[in-house]
Amino acid sequence: MMHSHKRGRSPGSSLGSSTVAVHAGEARQKPGDAITDPIFCASTYTFTDTQTVIDYIEQDQPRQEYGRYGNPGERVVEQKLAALEGGEQALLYSSGMAAIVGLLMSKLSAGDEVVFFDECYHRSREFCSKHLARFGVVTHQVRTGDFAAMESAINARTKMLVSESPTNPHLSVIDLECFGALGKKHGVDTLIDATLATPYNIKPLEYGVDFVLHSATKYLGGHNDLLAGVIIGTNENMESVRNLRGVMGAINSPHNMYLLSRGLKTFELRMDRHNANGQAVAEFLEGHSRVEKVYYPGLPSHPQHAIAKQTMKGFGGLVTFLIKDADWRATADVVDAAKLARIAPSLGGVESLIEQPLVMSYYQCTAEERQRFGIPDNMIRMACGIENAADLIDDLQQALEAGQ
Amino acid sequence: MTNWKFRTRAIHIGNERDAQTGAVVPPIHVASTFVQPGAGEWGEFDYSRSGNPTRKNLEQTLASLEGGVGGLAFSSGMAAIHCVTMLFESGDHIVAGSDIYGGAYRLFHKIATRAGVAVSLAPSHDVGQLASAIQPNTKLLWLETPGNPLMSITDLAACAELAKRRGILLGVDNTFATPVLTRPLELGVDIVMHSATKYLAGHSDSLGGALIVRDQELLDRLYFIQNATGAVMSAWDAFLTSRGLKTLELRVREQCRTAERLAKFLAADHRVSRVLYPGLASHAGHAIAQRQMQGGFGAMLSFEVKGDYAKAKRVAESTRLFQLAVSLGAVESLIEQPASMSHASYDAQDRAAHGIVDGLIRLSVGLEAAEDLEQDLDQALSD
Repeated sequence: MMHSHKRGRSPGSSLGSSTVAVHAGEARQKPGDAITDPIFCASTYTFTDTQTVIDYIEQDQPRQEYGRYGNPGERVVEQKLAALEGGEQALLYSSGMAAIVGLLMSKLSAGDEVVFFDECYHRSREFCSKHLARFGVVTHQVRTGDFAAMESAINARTKMLVSESPTNPHLSVIDLECFGALGKKHGVDTLIDATLATPYNIKPLEYGVDFVLHSATKYLGGHNDLLAGVIIGTNENMESVRNLRGVMGAINSPHNMYLLSRGLKTFELRMDRHNANGQAVAEFLEGHSRVEKVYYPGLPSHPQHAIAKQTMKGFGGLVTFLIKDADWRATADVVDAAKLARIAPSLGGVESLIEQPLVMSYYQCTAEERQRFGIPDNMIRMACGIENAADLIDDLQQALEAGQ
Repeated sequence: MTNWKFRTRAIHIGNERDAQTGAVVPPIHVASTFVQPGAGEWGEFDYSRSGNPTRKNLEQTLASLEGGVGGLAFSSGMAAIHCVTMLFESGDHIVAGSDIYGGAYRLFHKIATRAGVAVSLAPSHDVGQLASAIQPNTKLLWLETPGNPLMSITDLAACAELAKRRGILLGVDNTFATPVLTRPLELGVDIVMHSATKYLAGHSDSLGGALIVRDQELLDRLYFIQNATGAVMSAWDAFLTSRGLKTLELRVREQCRTAERLAKFLAADHRVSRVLYPGLASHAGHAIAQRQMQGGFGAMLSFEVKGDYAKAKRVAESTRLFQLAVSLGAVESLIEQPASMSHASYDAQDRAAHGIVDGLIRLSVGLEAAEDLEQDLDQALSD
């Protein structure tokens, strides 16, 4: 048994986003009169007597029952994220992958079809093509941004259109208005994974997209010290998703929820800095003689720069680039020479990270597969943190010179 | 790496990747004790009161940010000040600024005095008065700048010169300014103290204190006292404080910008009789603050409303975003009445003598949007 999600009081939508990040979802007067929310670690919640249990079930009362269905700290974060995204309801998971799996499993059944833009996180693609396929769900992949191809892939069995924006690691930007409209036209749900953009830079729901997904491990948590995923949508759309999460059990821990809530309080400041650092690093790289190409939506050379400028407040901290005339080893030498950015997967934390997609995410793929996924040997992905921009550029400068 | 800018050091110094696992964030070492290589042979850590890896990480970051040789993290700011007072003995004398935290006043006047250490207060914005308060047995000059709650500004370089000339230690509570704005050690101060509960941790969810010094011998003496008396910061709080430091510069600069805007708003408002904020040209310490505080004047300000005591109380109680609580320096904006709250520990005559009037209201400006906070003050004043 579980109850439907009830909206809590939040300070209101007319407030500035930093005010929302600090206060939304939180009661003004908290337990123990504390200024911060307590961390409720309880796995279960008590009822005073049998009648209370019956009232709870019959009247669908908003209260806690069992930890797998939610906890007070989680509801605070859900309300903060819903408020930041401009959505009705957010639902948190133990990781970004748990979130997309939770959504797809709740919306798709055997015989249904899903259409993807092909540039995407490789684990999302793997889940659809390998695992959903076992349950009789058919996945079509079409070229990123090719709306004509996406439309022609839609048929009566199509239930969901999926894309990232910007995409990882190519940073292609999707025209969200076209994407939302295509879903509406065919009565198909649309999902945008906006992890790389965050609600600071774009709000897909405003363009008629049905679901927004984030790996909250990244910018939302922001400190490389927690894993979390979230989906935001309307109360009506989210009900079945929430119910299935209660069954599948990929809920996050109350401790993580506190760290996520704490991270969100500096969300606007951090994003502002990630955006500034990403832009500065992209501009530096584009001007460097050893760099063949830079993928960054904030550069006029980016193919969707016009859409990006129109729809995004900033372009994030992720910058992908190619080293000129370099094989995989010469490219790896640049990565290895970085002293400030550390070699690791992930992005969106205060610490800058650097990686070579060939090695970090596509090492097991054949050369043909890598070509199909658009992962050349000389590609580097830099996730700019919030350090001083000049320090990041100095570090890249010396790495490009050292790794020569 | 030592030439990295402040913000880069706040993120990376003391947070080196974990050698064993590669974890980008160091683990939280909750162990109370550590297994030793042999009887009588000691590893780097033996018992968490004497040293703990998570606490040590934080101490390294703090030392880097303040420009010291080392730092010590305590269970609270008061524990840190108490450690300083334990450098002295019966017959010694301390001169403290008159515009200091009520808890420090209480520690000096009610606890240190019991050990035979005498205390005099003097207005620290006036170096001449400080100098005349120094006696032959004075061992420590203890200051806060900006002062609490009157935001008085003390010329640290001049005080350091005075302390050096008179052969006494100079300690500065840098809680309000933070190392983002002021680094007292670079100005010749001997001991920097923080209530890490405030801006350093920054999220109203951790208690802590810190001492940072530029002399190894002094660090050793303070460490001896800390280890002997045991008021150390927990590993959990050290982790939360380290996490907070990573956004310290962003937070403080943003909070300063908002505070400056609110100070100007209040100063221009006919319902307000006086605003105390070092960023206002009308503030007595403005010129020194401009020199001593880099790129901001802090996010604390005090003001008096026109009208009686009841009116001031009503204003403090009717804000909707600012919350009525002591403490400061966090993402949430707070409002309080010093006379009845943060400075209730002052003796009534000292409050009167040093200008902590009943009508004074103190604001700690948080990270909310500036326009939201301004509207909130506007509606509270209209009440």
